[in-house]
Amino acid sequence: MPYTLCVILFMVGLYAVATKRNLIKIVIGFIIMENSANLLLIMLGYRAGGRAPVAFRDGVGDAATAFAQSAVDPLPQALVLTSIVISLGVTALMVAICLRVYQRYGTFDISEIRRLRG
Amino acid sequence: MNNQPQQPVQEMTAGMSIVVQTVTRWVKSFIFLFGLYIVCFGHLTPGGGFSGGVILCCAFILMMLAFGRERALRRLPLGRAGVLDSVGALAFLVIAVVGLFIGGVFFANWLAVPAAAALQRLCAAIGVEPFHLLSAGTIPLCNLAIALKVCTSLFLVFAVLAMLRVEQQEQEE
Amino acid sequence: MSIETLSIILLLFIIVGALIAIETPDLLSAVICLGTIDIGFTILFLFLKAPDIAITQMVVEVVCLVILIRATIRRDKAVVTGERQFFGLMVTLAVIAVLALFTLRAVPFLGEFGAPVFTRVESAPAARYLSDGVKDTGAANAVAAVILDYRGYDTLGEATILFASVVGAVALLRRKPRKEVQEADL
Repeated sequence: MPYTLCVILFMVGLYAVATKRNLIKIVIGFIIMENSANLLLIMLGYRAGGRAPVAFRDGVGDAATAFAQSAVDPLPQALVLTSIVISLGVTALMVAICLRVYQRYGTFDISEIRRLRG
Repeated sequence: MNNQPQQPVQEMTAGMSIVVQTVTRWVKSFIFLFGLYIVCFGHLTPGGGFSGGVILCCAFILMMLAFGRERALRRLPLGRAGVLDSVGALAFLVIAVVGLFIGGVFFANWLAVPAAAALQRLCAAIGVEPFHLLSAGTIPLCNLAIALKVCTSLFLVFAVLAMLRVEQQEQEE
Repeated sequence: MSIETLSIILLLFIIVGALIAIETPDLLSAVICLGTIDIGFTILFLFLKAPDIAITQMVVEVVCLVILIRATIRRDKAVVTGERQFFGLMVTLAVIAVLALFTLRAVPFLGEFGAPVFTRVESAPAARYLSDGVKDTGAANAVAAVILDYRGYDTLGEATILFASVVGAVALLRRKPRKEVQEADL
């Protein structure tokens, strides 16, 4: 059930990118899509009753096996860390493009931009 | 040059009210310190180079928003921010390549499992062991390089964004 | 209350917030709604036992919000509605519904909530990362060990992408203001 809601959230973001005419709404749609994909990855790595993947003090011997038996998956968390920082860079670039478009055409509306030339 | 367009530029770069400026003057050092803690202890507690670098940048962003662009740029000029950005990225790459030469594979952790005897003696002399600050080989060094890179990159983006707004204000007059 | 119920409630909150952020005509309110959605994500990451990700998501969201607010403030023009293309909207919604249908049919293959891959498949690398992480790398934080030692090459790619996007944004936005051409800026 949580996976289903994540997919629905992704579709909401896709709807914003595909139908909205305001550039900032399109950027908001992209942000929603990226965040829902990250959330799906982390939900895939969750272990019921698990703990955070930070080892406890005596991390060798059988405390190590206890840690390995009870921690959540660290691999999706590492990938999502990468993905969140990438989404920051992509958002900054998209907003830079929107600002230049606003400076040139005076509006954020994409149908106006298509009509004006030169 | 008439003085009238000077007024909006002064307002634009003047920042916010006196309450915000006073609070910022006290709080920005704590934000910077917290960011440094997240970066330095990234191999022991949650955090690491990326989130710590963004927190460090937030201190500079707060300064830019509260005091205006000019004072923030006096602390960290644009040219220096660009150079530090490249230095951070190059440091990360140099650590990886040194791993190739010492450890045999690209990105080998050449301090934690030292292949060379000299490094082994150095580590034993310093007293490197897990769960302490000085542990985990090249991981803290990588964290520092990445934090430097992320902090200065985002600061550059903000400074240029603020400059664009100043120019926009001038064109609208 | 189990984590599954909690994540369903928070996801419903996030979906409602996302719909409000998309549909509201005022740009500043949409950006503020985006801020509340991101706080919902942070709380959800905390409950899913991912504190690294929660910290990163929180601060990255703050930076994204400040960038977006600086872009949209004093720039709201009333959106010119014109003629709403009903047919185009219906076709788009139909395509999205078909995509959603196919994706939802694939969701049961992901496995049940709370059983990650390395508990079901014996050869998954994550089990080795957890059990040998402290011994191989010396780092207590398993996520830091994964991103900077076991999977360091991915981090190099990420640093490159961040560098390229920031250089692109600065190159797009950068033009010396006319007032400061006389003074030596850099």
